[in-house]
Amino acid sequence: MPSLGRRYRAAALSRFTTGEGKELSLLTPLTFHLTSKFGVGIRNTGGKKVSKIIASAGIRGAHKIVERADKKLKESIDKWGPNQDVAFPNSGYYLPIIYGMLGHKVEKLKDMESVISVCKNLLPAPVREKFHLPYLGPALDAGMATFFSEEMLEAIKYIENPNVYVKGEDVTDSNFWLGAADDIIMRKRGVEFVDGTAPGFAAILGAPEDPKIAAKIALELQEKNLYVFMAATTDGRSMPEQLISEGVQVGWGTRLVPFGPESSAAIFAIGFATRAAMSFGGIEPGDYRKILIYNKDRIFAFAITFGYVSDDWYANGLGCVNYGFPIIADTPIPEILPTGICTYEHVVSNIPHESIVSKAIEVRGLKVTVTKVPVPVSYGPAFEGERVRGDDIYLEAGGGRTHAVELVVSSDMNKITDGKIEVVGPDLKDVQPGSRLPLAIFVEVAGRQMQEDFEPILERQIHHLINYAQGIMHIGQRDIAWLRVAKQAVDKGFKLSNIGDILHAKFHQDFGSILDKVQVTIFTEEKKVNEILGKARAIYKKRDDRIAGMTDEDTDPFYSCTLCQSFAPSHVCIVTPERTGLCGAYNWLDCKASNEINPTGPNQPVPKKEVIDARYGQWKGVDEFVSKASRGNVLTADAYSIMRNPMTSCGCFEAISALLPTCNGIMTVDRDTADMTPCGMKFTTLAGTVGGGNVTPGFLGHSKYYITSKKFIAAEGGIKRLVWMPKSLKEEIRDRFSKRASEIGCPDLLDRIADETVAVTEEEVLTYITEKQHPVLTMEPIM
Amino acid sequence: MAENKPISVDKTVLELYEKAKKDGVNTVFDRAMDMKPCPIGAEGSCCKNCAMGPCRVPLPKKEGGEQKVGLCGATAATIAARNFIRMIAGGASAHSDHGRGVAETFLLAAKGEIPNYRVRDTQKLYQLAMDMGIEIEGREDKDIAVELGEKALAEFGRQTGHISLLEKAPEKRKDIWKKEGVMPRGVDREIVEIMHRTHMGVDQDYKSLLKQGTRAAIGDGWGGSMLATDLQDILFGVPVPVISEANLGVLKKDEVNIIVHGHEPLLSEMIVLASHDPELLSLAKSKGANGINLSGMCCTANEVLMRHGIPISGNFLQQEFAIVTGAVDAMVVDVQCIMQSLVSVASCYHTKIITTNPKADITGATRIEFHEHDALNSAKKIVRSAIENFKNRKGEVVIPNHKSKMIAGFSHETINYLLGGSFRASYKPLNDNIINGRIRGIAGVVGCNNARTTHDSHHLILIKELIKNDVIVLTTGCSAITAAKEGLLTPEAAYEYAGPGLREVCETVGIPPVLHMGSCVDNSRILMAATAVVKDGGLGNDISDLPAAGAAPEWMSEKAISIGHYFVVSGVYTVFSGSETFPVFGSKDVTKYLFEEMQETYGGMWDFTSDPMEMAKKMIAHIDKKRKALGLDKARERVLFDMEARRELV
Repeated sequence: MPSLGRRYRAAALSRFTTGEGKELSLLTPLTFHLTSKFGVGIRNTGGKKVSKIIASAGIRGAHKIVERADKKLKESIDKWGPNQDVAFPNSGYYLPIIYGMLGHKVEKLKDMESVISVCKNLLPAPVREKFHLPYLGPALDAGMATFFSEEMLEAIKYIENPNVYVKGEDVTDSNFWLGAADDIIMRKRGVEFVDGTAPGFAAILGAPEDPKIAAKIALELQEKNLYVFMAATTDGRSMPEQLISEGVQVGWGTRLVPFGPESSAAIFAIGFATRAAMSFGGIEPGDYRKILIYNKDRIFAFAITFGYVSDDWYANGLGCVNYGFPIIADTPIPEILPTGICTYEHVVSNIPHESIVSKAIEVRGLKVTVTKVPVPVSYGPAFEGERVRGDDIYLEAGGGRTHAVELVVSSDMNKITDGKIEVVGPDLKDVQPGSRLPLAIFVEVAGRQMQEDFEPILERQIHHLINYAQGIMHIGQRDIAWLRVAKQAVDKGFKLSNIGDILHAKFHQDFGSILDKVQVTIFTEEKKVNEILGKARAIYKKRDDRIAGMTDEDTDPFYSCTLCQSFAPSHVCIVTPERTGLCGAYNWLDCKASNEINPTGPNQPVPKKEVIDARYGQWKGVDEFVSKASRGNVLTADAYSIMRNPMTSCGCFEAISALLPTCNGIMTVDRDTADMTPCGMKFTTLAGTVGGGNVTPGFLGHSKYYITSKKFIAAEGGIKRLVWMPKSLKEEIRDRFSKRASEIGCPDLLDRIADETVAVTEEEVLTYITEKQHPVLTMEPIM
Repeated sequence: MAENKPISVDKTVLELYEKAKKDGVNTVFDRAMDMKPCPIGAEGSCCKNCAMGPCRVPLPKKEGGEQKVGLCGATAATIAARNFIRMIAGGASAHSDHGRGVAETFLLAAKGEIPNYRVRDTQKLYQLAMDMGIEIEGREDKDIAVELGEKALAEFGRQTGHISLLEKAPEKRKDIWKKEGVMPRGVDREIVEIMHRTHMGVDQDYKSLLKQGTRAAIGDGWGGSMLATDLQDILFGVPVPVISEANLGVLKKDEVNIIVHGHEPLLSEMIVLASHDPELLSLAKSKGANGINLSGMCCTANEVLMRHGIPISGNFLQQEFAIVTGAVDAMVVDVQCIMQSLVSVASCYHTKIITTNPKADITGATRIEFHEHDALNSAKKIVRSAIENFKNRKGEVVIPNHKSKMIAGFSHETINYLLGGSFRASYKPLNDNIINGRIRGIAGVVGCNNARTTHDSHHLILIKELIKNDVIVLTTGCSAITAAKEGLLTPEAAYEYAGPGLREVCETVGIPPVLHMGSCVDNSRILMAATAVVKDGGLGNDISDLPAAGAAPEWMSEKAISIGHYFVVSGVYTVFSGSETFPVFGSKDVTKYLFEEMQETYGGMWDFTSDPMEMAKKMIAHIDKKRKALGLDKARERVLFDMEARRELV
């Protein structure tokens, strides 16, 4: 079972110096339960002894669920045999709750048998009516047994019908249940938990009676930036169905995620949380206490129940409490108010629908800063992924149909008027639904702290700031921007000037320390748009040349990024002009600006001080900083090496490079590639190895942009070491890569690098690069 | 017993006292009325350590009167301190000899030399081994156990350094002990040194004497007793919640009644096994009995209750009355708190008093010496002899119809488990609810019965007052048995007796408001629970910072003094009651030191009152003082976390 050593296990079981807890091993049943041999059923005692009612019902539910899983497993083994593969689609975390809690990999049906034994050992005796034994600990164990059993039940569904749930982020017309989130979704969405755009999630069981209420609650949760994970039905009603009937878009993109029609689908939410702890928190599978505490402290999730709470639901509730996720019910079920396992109350009930969201947030101890923007539609990151399609389109600009361009420039304080928003040309009211217009969004900002360097940073915000508005879809940036406005938004009174309102409000809110004035002009007249376009293109070129000209040698200080310490407490990014943050979202200029904006924030200047090793990219000042910021966990970091003290990775990396020893080189794989790679691991497995703030020589998380930097693993020889990367990534970076390859005198390097069309094993890579005479063959040994 | 006080609040005792009178049996309560305690000895003012005395140096009757000294010139302070630490020596040696016996058996069991004992809880084996600095990785359990047994046994005779388990104490506590120079070197050495220092003409400074008492007491609580508890847990299992019953009503008229009485589980564990032996059960049938009914008395009772749910027949002052029922076929005794009068009481009935321990015989008792090499056979022999005695019952059998249900088995590990389950076990919920004020504080209520006060009354008044004021009570020994008999060890008691905050927490966890933690050596469990609370955070850095207090409301034995003292020097404010006076009151200096000055050094101090309500008030006042010092006297705001606050988390 758990591969952890005895000492570790004993210590994990106990934070004190004496033996706490029981060994959670398949071989050692929990003695506690063996002794509690008295068992009679329990009736609702009404009013008094409320926790007892919950514990009794939950334990009863857990018994039924474990029995169900046991039976299902036996039938499945009879049907498909013990060696039948079982997995959630495209995940390196097996059945993630079981893997996280027990460190046990379920890959085949037979691997479930030992888990069933664990469940049975965890199941306590039913709670006696009078003179009962203490039940809190046993009830929490019952909750965990529930999750293990439900995870197995849900996994077996995938054997029965691989398409039981829709794969990917979007619902289809025939099925809106999405089931397990694959690792691509988990990482992409997990990053939002890391950077705070999503503070947590609401796991919803059932549905309220009125679909309008369902839509209102969903909207309220979206406005609080929370993910909404939906499972189960109440009297046959399901919340996603209600939302769809109300015209609300569901799917990962709008953060309204239908998991499954049964309460067992709640495990997809819990599995997501468990994976977050392992991938972003760097917690070892099997280190159950840390995973649970991580969730209690860092994943701000809670459960909301609608309607009758069955024994099954109570059992799931007990499981949630283990994770520190409280339960908020709209019905008058018993409450558990004393604190301890959750941060505050454990179960709060009979909450009216009007206040259920705010109550849940208060009980969870979450502070959500809601952006107030003066627009007639809802606004927040939850609406970023919403699509505007087909008949819903009122207005479209850009996207190859018309020109659309965005430009932010700094201006003289006296030349612009703060808050002046002007639309030059036709507005929405002036055109028919389904129209197209050219568009230029021209923003002028001024402020004592404003610098020209900050212009592109502000400009890059336009994409998500506009996208945050409900009913507005925005893609791209600069002169490839693309905007769609939905009819629903126009119905609510949305005008093009609202784009200016958004930018004005948000720029002040987020960048108030560097700017004092924001003026926005929106052009929809062809001639004016073309004028701006020409001006913009000249400015873009100037900017690109400037950042491209910066080198690590000429620049001091570097900047740190510890944004992800909310999730990976020992991780420290060092961002240099030639090495962007591994998420790809922060380059040196971004960090500099962020520091100006928030001098005590996660981006701090890191003075280089003396160079310790120029080839490896090691500086005294960087080491000092890393050591301090990682709280002593990481003492030194080499900026340019994959083999010697590579930088830590949080979990947000766009790509991972890994050593291929027999090829004397490295491969790199990006997060969108789900297939097996020549190092024998999929991206997701690699991510599990690399992430969580660990130093892992031979592996490196990095941005895609960094691949074409002069400093990309310069210590080992740079891009000449690259022997494999996915074809799609090759295409994505081809131009920049070829330029860099030419600089090192090997212009066709990219074609000498293998991809999945020619090699999927390390051997095949070696064959390919030998045939292509890849320069790595003549380089000094990497190890 | 003063004439104007009732002898007991326990109905079984009152009923059987009448029967005893009728049967012409003289009991402890009768003798208490006949003989007053010696007023000079009671205050610690009598020195009989050499043949020039005994010297009596009582306080002058009037303020300013002449204060006598002994023939050698020993002052009242020296004499009181000497007597006091000799009581510590007595108590510490009792616990520690118990611990040594367990360690010896443990080592034999580890080596596989005694067939009926084995390592039962491997997790606790690993944990204790780690605590004792023994490598556990990649080793056979047997090797670990043998090394642990040897090392544990060596702790008793250790001469240098300090006892290993002291390392489990909070850092701040260890610093205090180091600074004061009171880290005990070995369990025995400090006890022997007490005997030397208190010999005629050796250590004659009361503070110096008391310091030695401190060393020996720490050696008891954090040494001998703790090893006894931990090794017993490994051999017999860490206690987990069990349901059982308490009071003489557990005796059964139609079954062979065997009472195990005393303190050690080594024998009684085997008797539990023997009582299930089919051969013996059919023997019992053949003798006309419907079964074998085993129950316990005093701390042996607590040992077999905690691990097997064996019912409890009563506490210390009920031992004679159990026999008076006429239903007890054998009372099997080992060590500590066994009245010699049992033999004379038994002579009026058919009960066999069976002494078993090599260290303890009683004139006139039946002797069946117990040997661990042949443990189960020794036990069977004892049970057989009880069965054989069933037919000899004579006269009227009167079993009082009083007993109460209880939930016991609250080892430190179990509390930890109950508060968070297998995956989140911790003391956090307890700490949280102390911080938020639902629980006002923690009280350890422990100790004996004392025939100088109404049996059980002080325990009950104190415990009920504490839980009414939202103070959760951890209890052991005869105090725990008192609470059990009153029904205070049931979850239902929270609704009847506990304040609203404590009630809510009990309801959440499903626990009684009074937690039975075991026998009197198991007071070490209370030390570990307190340490766990400290380490879980939010309530200061040391046991002395906790809103907690200790009490022995009906103390009687020297063990109680040793326990009281190790609680005080571990940082706990500890109040005694039950005796008519306190054994250092003959010296104002010693009293002032123990009752006031010690607090400055150790954070804990002694106190005494004869009124149990007053005792509760004093403890609650102390708890409130500690709450205030921790800033817990004001309501706390709910803290809401944003991303920035989350990044601050380490």
